[in-house]
Amino acid sequence: MARSATAKAFALNGLLLHVLLIAGAFCMLYPLLWMIGSSFKPDNEIFSQLNPIPHSLYLANYVRGWVLGTGTSFTTFYLNSAIVCGGAIIGNLLSCSLAAYAFARIKFRFKKLWFAVMLGTLMLPFHVTVVPQYIIFNFLGWTNTFLPLIVPKFFAVDAFFIFLMVQFIRGIPLELEQAAMVDGCNRFQIFSRIILPLLTPALITTTIFTFIWTYNDFFSQLLYLSTENRYTVALGLRQFLDASGQSAWGPMFAMTTLSLVPVFLVFLFFQRRLVEGIATTGLKG
Amino acid sequence: MSQTSSPVRPRPRRPLSENTYGYLFLAPWLIGLVVFMAGPTLVSLYLSFTNFNLLQPPKWVGAGNYTTLFLHDPRYRQALRVTFTYVAVAAPLNLVFALLLAMLLNTRIRGVGIYRAVYYVPSLLGGSVAIAILWQQIFGLGGIFGQIVGFFGVHDSSWVSNPKQALWTLIILHVWQFGSPMIIFLAGLKQIPGELYEAAAIDGASKLRQFWVITVPMLTPVIFFNLVLQIINSFQAFTPAFIVSGGKGGPLDATLFYTLYLYIQGFANFRMGYASAMGWLLLIIIAVLTGIAFLSSRYWVHYEDGGR
Repeated sequence: MARSATAKAFALNGLLLHVLLIAGAFCMLYPLLWMIGSSFKPDNEIFSQLNPIPHSLYLANYVRGWVLGTGTSFTTFYLNSAIVCGGAIIGNLLSCSLAAYAFARIKFRFKKLWFAVMLGTLMLPFHVTVVPQYIIFNFLGWTNTFLPLIVPKFFAVDAFFIFLMVQFIRGIPLELEQAAMVDGCNRFQIFSRIILPLLTPALITTTIFTFIWTYNDFFSQLLYLSTENRYTVALGLRQFLDASGQSAWGPMFAMTTLSLVPVFLVFLFFQRRLVEGIATTGLKG
Repeated sequence: MSQTSSPVRPRPRRPLSENTYGYLFLAPWLIGLVVFMAGPTLVSLYLSFTNFNLLQPPKWVGAGNYTTLFLHDPRYRQALRVTFTYVAVAAPLNLVFALLLAMLLNTRIRGVGIYRAVYYVPSLLGGSVAIAILWQQIFGLGGIFGQIVGFFGVHDSSWVSNPKQALWTLIILHVWQFGSPMIIFLAGLKQIPGELYEAAAIDGASKLRQFWVITVPMLTPVIFFNLVLQIINSFQAFTPAFIVSGGKGGPLDATLFYTLYLYIQGFANFRMGYASAMGWLLLIIIAVLTGIAFLSSRYWVHYEDGGR
């Protein structure tokens, strides 16, 4: 009897916990739900209703919002974001995996020192280097191109990923490489034929986080991209806000909602990897 | 060796030494370090002692930029005040929520995965321009926040355009994104051996007491890790303040984040020497704060293996 009483208490506790968690989740998601709902409402309904669910699906917001008053459309912004993200991902995958392999497996002089320096750069605020970097890119005539946003990634400036991959490579059994070395493979062959394929999970994590960071980035894009035909999604939204946002909330919310879709999809498909990446290295999602 | 090989047969290539390989693999990173990180860090130190507008060559002004910042620039002091308030309030609150939710989710209830995902979503999207725009609307005049507090008899007003409250909207935005530290806490909580709690329960320790004598001490390394990450990240917050204030840090400089003021000085006023000085001071502030965190960690962070 006492047993069933405790079981009941547990069930009640569990129920209470669920109620609490659902209420909390609703509060957390309410702003997002309200925004998504508003993107399907005519302007006059948006601020008069707290209920996020629209009466009917008013799709005109999405059509009106897609093209800016100046004629540039979000097609351009999404393409530009895709170029910048794609370049950054390729750069990070190549450069970080090379550096990580050296740190994880090869013995060379001053390795400990370089490794410490690499970890130190994790804490270097972007804002310390931004002025000289801007001067370099300005001197090269690269302002208002995507190069300042992509080229540094080919030189492993995102040390987080080096660290992530070093940890991963250390977990790969050494015997595979030793066998390959006996067969006469050199370090580059070992890297490309053995390490890279086995590194795939870490490469996927790197791809996901590079995509999210680059897509959500605003500061450096604001700095380097100055004409509308080069704008990314983040800059396009801000342009929209400045140009017509105050008078066109429906289209504004339609475009902000849409802009969150790519990151959200990545989250849906790669949730497990994302969670692992955060839990093991503290990468900011 | 070269004498013995015949001139017809190509000399077998000597394998590269490990040292050479190491530096070959490291080459891209080393170039990046010099060109994009260490080099610029030093150059910006030099520039911080000059006046430089990108068009004329830098003009040496000694410590001029620094004395102006500390003595003659009330906006800089305001930026410091705003940023320190933001970090001091938002970072701990964020961690408290993160730990609380991690504790709730570390129980054997159904649907943990779904809850974890839902609570994580704001963290995933929160840094974007889209969410900053949404925030400006929620806390603007007639926004849903005003309507909700209106139910409780609070006079509806625009928080984003009120100097007293504008910063709070950004603090709420930061606290809202407790998802990633929550996931780190969850991973940490899973590492705590269950036997510790069982033993404590047998000794008659209450849940609250178990929390203070087992969970918190065992979790201190993770708390420390999260704290350092929070300090580094929140000091560099930029997007929300820029969007909510239309790039100006208003109203009345109430949301003039450090990085936003740096951007205004360096890239709107083209005072790049001045901005470099601000960048270096930011580096020093972050280094000192993380240094303090590291030094103090000896007294409150508990490592199972005794620290080594």
